[in-house]
Amino acid sequence: MAMGRYMLRRLLLSLPLLAAISFIAFMLNSLSPVDPAEVVLHAQGVPNATNELIAETKAALGMDQPLWQRYWNWIVSCSKLDFGSSYVTGKPVWSLLGPAFLHSLKLTLVSVAAIVALSIILGVLCAIREGRMLDQATRGIAFVLTSMPSYWLGAFMIWLFAVKLDLLPTSGMDSWRSYVLPVAVITISFAGIYFRMIRSAMLSQLHEDYALYGRACGLSESRIALHLLRNSLQAAIPVFGMAIPTLLGSTVVVENIFAWPGLGALSVKSIVSRDFPVIQAYVLVLAAAFVLFNTAADIANAALNPKLRKSV
Amino acid sequence: MKLLQRIGQDKLSALCLLTISAVLIAGLMAPLLAPHDPEEVHMELRYAASSSEYWLGNDHLGRCMLSRLIYGIRPSVLAVMAALFVSAGIGSIAGLLAGYFRGMTDAVLMRLCDVTLSFPGYVMTLAIIGILGIGLENILIAFVLIKWAWFARIIRSTVMQLADAEYVQFAKAIGVRNRTIIVKHIIPVSLPDIAVAASSSFGSMILQISGFSFLGIGVQAPSPEWGMMLNEARAVMFSKPELMLAPGIAIVLVVSAVNYLSDSLQIALDPKLTASRRTRYEEQRKAAAARLQRKEVV
Repeated sequence: MAMGRYMLRRLLLSLPLLAAISFIAFMLNSLSPVDPAEVVLHAQGVPNATNELIAETKAALGMDQPLWQRYWNWIVSCSKLDFGSSYVTGKPVWSLLGPAFLHSLKLTLVSVAAIVALSIILGVLCAIREGRMLDQATRGIAFVLTSMPSYWLGAFMIWLFAVKLDLLPTSGMDSWRSYVLPVAVITISFAGIYFRMIRSAMLSQLHEDYALYGRACGLSESRIALHLLRNSLQAAIPVFGMAIPTLLGSTVVVENIFAWPGLGALSVKSIVSRDFPVIQAYVLVLAAAFVLFNTAADIANAALNPKLRKSV
Repeated sequence: MKLLQRIGQDKLSALCLLTISAVLIAGLMAPLLAPHDPEEVHMELRYAASSSEYWLGNDHLGRCMLSRLIYGIRPSVLAVMAALFVSAGIGSIAGLLAGYFRGMTDAVLMRLCDVTLSFPGYVMTLAIIGILGIGLENILIAFVLIKWAWFARIIRSTVMQLADAEYVQFAKAIGVRNRTIIVKHIIPVSLPDIAVAASSSFGSMILQISGFSFLGIGVQAPSPEWGMMLNEARAVMFSKPELMLAPGIAIVLVVSAVNYLSDSLQIALDPKLTASRRTRYEEQRKAAAARLQRKEVV
């Protein structure tokens, strides 16, 4: 019962946030120093935009209406996945954003799975062997790898695995083999941090009374480690949940270097050509995903830990 | 001074501090240190290997790599540092006000933070660049607009604890003015937390700036910047991979020095951490969690 009430309250709390996000995403357009109508005319190859022409374009885009009216219209059409048309190509924004979103999501999900697996394995191993060779070496390597720009690492891996050894494709998204390099780069640059979290959680559990009790009862070390892991994961699950939207928004550079047809390529292209509707929709979709995942992560956390249910 | 001593006890931290100071000074004195003009083109020296005159060789336009590397410190490290100071300043003031006065001030500022932080940082930066236009200044503006909220949150919770402390309550009770309390009792004690928070996002910000320049939406040619140098080198990645070495190593060196120093700063500033092992793990876990918060890209 308490759980149901918590879920409801948490969901209600995210509504004003979503409203604020949508308003900011909408307002982004008006903050631009360049008149959108000029961008449209420019993109359509009109050589010199007269004031009349600009006014006409504005009316055609519905930009002469009052702000609240435009905001409401925009929200209503966005809820039907109609984000308007690209200024540059004239195609509906969703026909560009939808497939890109899916491609990025595929890459993200595979990467998150790899990150979770790798950081649990490394975190547990390092916690068990705390302070020894394995632990110190892993932490040292992870430290350097997380300080590395991912595009640099990506370029190096392309050079090594795709050019020198000719094992994997350099770019694109054709078969499972195209996933290997980008997923590896994303995993390497993120797992270093997540594995540290698992390791520290394991270590703080190591000194709990129940671990001592288990040892006193003569449980094998691997059994104890399993118990420790279960408790450590509680703290990690919401963090891993948030990794999905975080990665969705931050694989831009990796997607760029591997020519992945995802959100990264789309967003950079629309930024360079000042394609406002695409930028706007990109911000809205990712920020909404961020809020929704955050809410889901909180709810999952509360389901695992009854103490948290009272806090909202 | 005590702090420097404590950091100096760990040889590696001292080395990191030395590296960062050297890089900062080199960036400030770039015109004196750089052997050549970083934008001077020598078509006859295209892709030349390192020589006694051009220590790190020349790039695709025959420009001196070493000079470009030294001048690149300015946008890649110094500009990021400036943006960091501004956003940490704004965030600290907001956090201070929210945490000390609470009530409406707190509610309004924190809702503002909630909204700012609900946008994934990287996406918001891209959006701001998209709206304001390509260029270093706009990325720095975006950084300030986004990062302040993160600092405000951290400083607020520190200040809240301090405001509840008995010595602050006592000062209030004997009628010391709020301004005096904040300046004398709150700010000095919360400075370490500000320093830790600021230093811990420095590394990821350096990586982000170079990442944006690598994508071609940051620093524009011909000004030298590490990420852009890598982007230029990418065109000839298969035939001349060695061009990617120098700027990449520069980034890795600076970022790992910053990250390591930030970790040891955290330990040096918190005497509790050395006291008991258990709290140390707890703090490490917290540090790891905080790291996750700011990890957006690389």
